[in-house]
Amino acid sequence: MPFKRYVEIGRVALVNYGKDYGQLVVIVDVIDQNRALVDSPDMVRSQINFKRLTLTDIKIDIKRVPKKKTLVAAMEAADVKAKWEKSSWGRKLIVQKKRASLNDFDRFKLMLAKIKRAGVVRQELAKLKKETIA
Amino acid sequence: MAPKKVTRNPELIPGVRKISRSQMYHKRGLWAIKAKNGGKFPHHDKSAAAAPVAEKPPKFYPADDVKKPLSNKRKPKPTKIRASITPGTVLIILSGRFKGKRVVFLKQLTSGLLLVTGPYKVNGVPIRRVNQSYVIGTSTKVDVSGVNVEKFDDKYFAKEVEKKKKKGESEFFEAEKKDKTALPAEKKDDQKAVDAPLLKAIESVPELKFYLGARFSLRAGVKPHELVF
Repeated sequence: MPFKRYVEIGRVALVNYGKDYGQLVVIVDVIDQNRALVDSPDMVRSQINFKRLTLTDIKIDIKRVPKKKTLVAAMEAADVKAKWEKSSWGRKLIVQKKRASLNDFDRFKLMLAKIKRAGVVRQELAKLKKETIA
Repeated sequence: MAPKKVTRNPELIPGVRKISRSQMYHKRGLWAIKAKNGGKFPHHDKSAAAAPVAEKPPKFYPADDVKKPLSNKRKPKPTKIRASITPGTVLIILSGRFKGKRVVFLKQLTSGLLLVTGPYKVNGVPIRRVNQSYVIGTSTKVDVSGVNVEKFDDKYFAKEVEKKKKKGESEFFEAEKKDKTALPAEKKDDQKAVDAPLLKAIESVPELKFYLGARFSLRAGVKPHELVF
């Protein structure tokens, strides 16, 4: 199976270990076999090991090591944030974060809502069953 | 705090100050104070000390020197409550016959215990005292501004002292009748008085009544250290 996501300048990656866990960053340069120079609008440009990154499908058009302003403009132009939040991976992360931040009361309300939904589904199913039997 | 005062004589190196003794004398205006007072510093005479009262020799000298214990002026304060627990917070009771029940916090008593109520109609928990250690404070708050909890203190919850009966032999064989004295009507009225404004506040929030009526429990896969309360 050929690789589809390559490490290249402009590749957007997700940090999966360390202080910036969960942040989206852009690879702005490759230092050596193991490390990349990485930058993001709300962090200082720094090096990071490839093992700490997970590549995404998103790629932006930048030259090697752009200035922060150019980087931000390029990210706006490619609309990285919106693409990420629309993607199923991005949506999953958002849902995970929401679930983790639920209050005890919120969890109770969620349980009631789930029961209600299951009740409605079961009613519909029962109706359909009756129709097929009849 | 008072605004930071600039020192007139800063320490340049430890032990060496900027301005000499005579310069400081001038800076502080001690010459002006002296001049105002006619050539010497203002001075007030010592107030006359009260004449010492003649003490009578004591009637009794103890045989051995008894050591006096050190005086202890410590005044115990009620326990510090966790910042998450404020009047109106919904608490989860963790032990006792009401374990798992979600309950409304009213105030802290002088003994440090937390005064709490179900409300009684919602989950069967009466006005009760509970220790802070056996409670989880959630971030859900109920409006308790309409509730008057002034009259409740630790004495309200003291057990009634039973009169001691002289035990005769016959009473040993008779089953000890434990007269469960029914709750005095006064306490029932107190409960109603506290719960009425609370119930109004609770019913104004959707699903809060069901929440308070349900018990808290852990299920498979739920990690308490990862739960946000």
